[in-house]
Amino acid sequence: MYGFEALTFNVHAGYLEAIVRGHRAGLLTAADYNNLCQCETLDDIKMHLSATEYGPYLQNEPSPLHTTTIVEKCTLKLVEDYKHMLCQATEPLSTFLEYITYGHMIDNVVLIVTGTLHERDVQELLEKCHPLGMFDSIATLAVAQNMRELYRLVLVDTPLAPYFSECITSEDLDDMNIEIMRNTLYKAYLEDFYRFCQKLGGATAEIMSDLLSFEADRRAVNISINSIGTELTRDDRKKLYSNFGLLHPYGHEELAVCEDIDQVRGVMEKYPPYQSIFSKLSYGESQMLDKAFYEEEVKRLCLAFEQQFHYGVFFAYMRLREQEIRNLMWISECVAQNQKSRVHDSVVFIF
Amino acid sequence: MDNLPPMDLMRSEKMSFVQLIIPVESAHRAVSYLGELGLLQFRDLNADKSPFQRMFVNQVKRCAEMSRKLRFFKDQISKAGLLSSVRPVTQPDVELEELEIQLAEHENELIEMNANSEKLRQSYNELLEFKIVLQKAGSFLVSSGTHAVSERELDENVYSNDDYVDTASLLEQEMRPGISGQSGLRFISGIISKSKVLRFERMLFRAMRGNMLFNQAPADEEIMDPISSEMVEKTVFVVFFSGEQAKSKILKICEAFGASFYPVPEDITKQRQITREVSSRLDELEVTLDAGIRHRNKALASIGVHLVKWISMVRREKAVYDTLSMLNFDVTKKCLVGEGWCPIFAKAQLQAALQRATFDSNSQVGIIYHVMDAAESPPTYFRTNKFTNAFQEIVDAYGVARYQESNPSVYTVITFPFLFAVMFGDWGHGICLLLGALVLIARESKLGTQKLGSFMEMLYGGRYVLLLMSLFSIYCGLIYNEFFSVPYHIFGLSAYKCRDTTCSEAKTTGLVKYQDPYAFGVDPSWRGSRSELPFLNSLKMKMSILLGVAQMNMGIILSYFNARFFGSSLDIRYQFVPQIIFLNSLFGYLSLLIIIKWCTGSQADLYHVMIYMFLSPTEDLGENQLFWGQRPLQIILLLLAMIAVPWMLFPKPFILKRLHTERFQGRTYGILATSETDLEVEPDSARHYDEDFNFSEVFVHQMIHSIEFVLGAVSNTASYLRLWALRYDNLVIRLVGLAMFAFATAFILLMMETLSAFLHALRLHWVEFQNKFYHGDGF
Repeated sequence: MYGFEALTFNVHAGYLEAIVRGHRAGLLTAADYNNLCQCETLDDIKMHLSATEYGPYLQNEPSPLHTTTIVEKCTLKLVEDYKHMLCQATEPLSTFLEYITYGHMIDNVVLIVTGTLHERDVQELLEKCHPLGMFDSIATLAVAQNMRELYRLVLVDTPLAPYFSECITSEDLDDMNIEIMRNTLYKAYLEDFYRFCQKLGGATAEIMSDLLSFEADRRAVNISINSIGTELTRDDRKKLYSNFGLLHPYGHEELAVCEDIDQVRGVMEKYPPYQSIFSKLSYGESQMLDKAFYEEEVKRLCLAFEQQFHYGVFFAYMRLREQEIRNLMWISECVAQNQKSRVHDSVVFIF
Repeated sequence: MDNLPPMDLMRSEKMSFVQLIIPVESAHRAVSYLGELGLLQFRDLNADKSPFQRMFVNQVKRCAEMSRKLRFFKDQISKAGLLSSVRPVTQPDVELEELEIQLAEHENELIEMNANSEKLRQSYNELLEFKIVLQKAGSFLVSSGTHAVSERELDENVYSNDDYVDTASLLEQEMRPGISGQSGLRFISGIISKSKVLRFERMLFRAMRGNMLFNQAPADEEIMDPISSEMVEKTVFVVFFSGEQAKSKILKICEAFGASFYPVPEDITKQRQITREVSSRLDELEVTLDAGIRHRNKALASIGVHLVKWISMVRREKAVYDTLSMLNFDVTKKCLVGEGWCPIFAKAQLQAALQRATFDSNSQVGIIYHVMDAAESPPTYFRTNKFTNAFQEIVDAYGVARYQESNPSVYTVITFPFLFAVMFGDWGHGICLLLGALVLIARESKLGTQKLGSFMEMLYGGRYVLLLMSLFSIYCGLIYNEFFSVPYHIFGLSAYKCRDTTCSEAKTTGLVKYQDPYAFGVDPSWRGSRSELPFLNSLKMKMSILLGVAQMNMGIILSYFNARFFGSSLDIRYQFVPQIIFLNSLFGYLSLLIIIKWCTGSQADLYHVMIYMFLSPTEDLGENQLFWGQRPLQIILLLLAMIAVPWMLFPKPFILKRLHTERFQGRTYGILATSETDLEVEPDSARHYDEDFNFSEVFVHQMIHSIEFVLGAVSNTASYLRLWALRYDNLVIRLVGLAMFAFATAFILLMMETLSAFLHALRLHWVEFQNKFYHGDGF
């Protein structure tokens, strides 16, 4: 595909690119968010959303609304968009689209496994799963007792199977192991996705490598911060970092030995793109880090739309929609709990 | 010129900007009466407010809630398979509040009924499944009993073997310990939807590491899924396994796959007993279930009677409140202030409606209605009837006319079907079209009430266009003398006859003219002759050019009337005059030559004349001379055309600039009387270049316009040749089509031809005709 993707791109993916750009135009704007932030009740939010693309999904909901219903219906819209695109896609775009959902699959697996560990009801857990990350036998995960069983019983049929090769142990599942499993899986997934995008070449490789590197770096930072003060050894910690990204390999060396958040900050400030993120935070603070990373991510995702003839737009659209749903969830929670002063704490404006 | 009668059709209605001050108590009624009248367009005075900050947001929300309930009813009714009757019910108008209560009651009732019937349905399903499991699983167990084979050792082979007899025998031998309650081989029986069976089996196999046996049989009856109320095929399974841990695993997997399991006793007599019990309970449940469904259907039917009416009523209420939200509250909060546009003729009607509203709502204060001045340009409103509506829509699809701009749809009523027919021209096909159009018109009232598909909707909307198109097609077809591409001697005999008997076969040579020309249209003898195509091509090409030049001239003349109407003498002097000179000195002259050639029967080569008019205008025309003084005339025309180009390009922007500087000076030194009159003479230009006059922009704009016109004159004339080209194309397609395929193809061809001719006629109107005068930037 090198070099000539502009020539042949539209034959296969032109229609879908048009579709996805149309969807992007339907994302809520800053004006919408301002209006939403002024809402008094959830009904007001529903009314405002009824003028947006979420309208048809919310219109049949009876009046005492809950935040979960709003989020559920908005997610439904995302899922339907995704399914429509997946139906229309041809290779290699369809594989690319499927890759986008693997992250959710990992999260769902972890959710179910953790839930069964704490003896929650499977149906209840299933409802909490992200619909994009569902696969056929997901409910059977509850049966598994250890990682080996998990793999052998269920995951061998799913696309996640290859990622599991690194974490097959006979250890019993506990919170720590599950978290390590999640990060190992994620690492394998990101690396695989990265390789796949590189194989596609052209603008897709260029843009996706930027987006995925950012994702990998963010995960590395989060892993470092979260593992401070746990029994995870430095080597183990280093094993969880993905093998690409701006921080690879020297940043990883330094991150692996960090003992507190200010050391992490010291490492990250050496990298110009991340300097601005950390410069916004005061010392010793990690609360606002998530938001700062989200803002940076949204900025990068929006930039993906500036170029044509590449698959990055699909990834970017899905991520932006997810961010939008997170925003809506936050706003509705704030409205529902009468905490409107905190509404701006975690809302990331997309446009 | 100025004392022409007011041209109702030619221009959009005169609008006036009105302000209404409505007392709160009569506001709702007033707005709904105005809505029924449909002659007032409210301006949104609260555009800066978000929807939930508006005055009537609660009412709008309530309406939305009610329409949600109505949608729920509709959904339920269609699910229950009832047809919502369209019978008009003579029921007194219910108030909105009453309706709201009524709807809530109905909804609660329905939801309760649904919940009940769902519960019943669920237990019914369970019992049904139990019954099926009993039958099927029982038969596994029973068959094992009857086909008892000699005992065998338990080994791996048998377990992976699907052979029925083997497995059955195994069951038999291992069942007994199961009954006795010792840990041995045990089984679980249940039912699962068919689509999941394979995965279920695989999962079980994996979880048990192969130490299990799976038997399945499809269920005979389909079971209704209570959520989607669709029928699902299910499969009965029996799993044999050993060990307590395995049991809990299997149960978990069953749960994960949504399989339900039922205990089946191994004892046959016990089985029979349970089956009997289950069957009798099933019958009971069925009766209750049926009763429940009947009850629900009755309730739904009673809702369905009113549903249509309710829906329209709620919609109307919502529209009223949406409109009310566009009004402003007075400071005293006692009355609402609305602003809007209405056509001047409707003033009396509006006032009557407002009075009625005041009277009906027993308000003591009347509604104040007064006309105001408005800064912005008013909306365009055309009064149409069902005949002109379609044509107006053809024009509006291109762009809504600027306020009071001359309306091309008046001319389109005739020119559109005519140009269509020039391309389509075949009176056989025309008759087909005519029949279609007549059917649509005859069933107008019936079709108008029902919902049509998008395609039929289009045909129905354009039925009068179709009618005119078909009539003109018949006319043109008669001129072309084509009936399904075959000529007929309708208007007497051909003017040509064979000189002798030898020529009758080929009909190519040897024809002589022996009587007066064929009375109407093309002589049928041309058909099949060697010179048929050259003759028809020349005829139709020339005709296309004549039609095109006529229509373009019409467009330019309309631009004159526009300029005249808006009082812009600048546009007349520096746009209209050079344009008409340019077009007519070139293509008008060509048309003149064509007519002279037709009348005199001259042999002159028109291509040659036109080309050498540019290349060497002074040269002698020789045998191509058509009339005396042609050469000097050509030189004069050429000069005129050359003068016309800078004429339309340069003066206008410079004059505008001068006017602007004058006005600007006038403002600094106080308004002078002269500049005031100037303003009135050129209101159009003055308004446009009011605030910031950018000379280069205006000049570039004018340059683009002039170039567009000059090039357009050539290309548009060429574009009208499509009238001929399409005609020719149709002819060829039709000849092939008729020869090769019969009726069906002819029908498709008819459709395709109609479409293509329609599209080309549309283009000729939108581009070639309307770009001469039509701004189309109104709203």
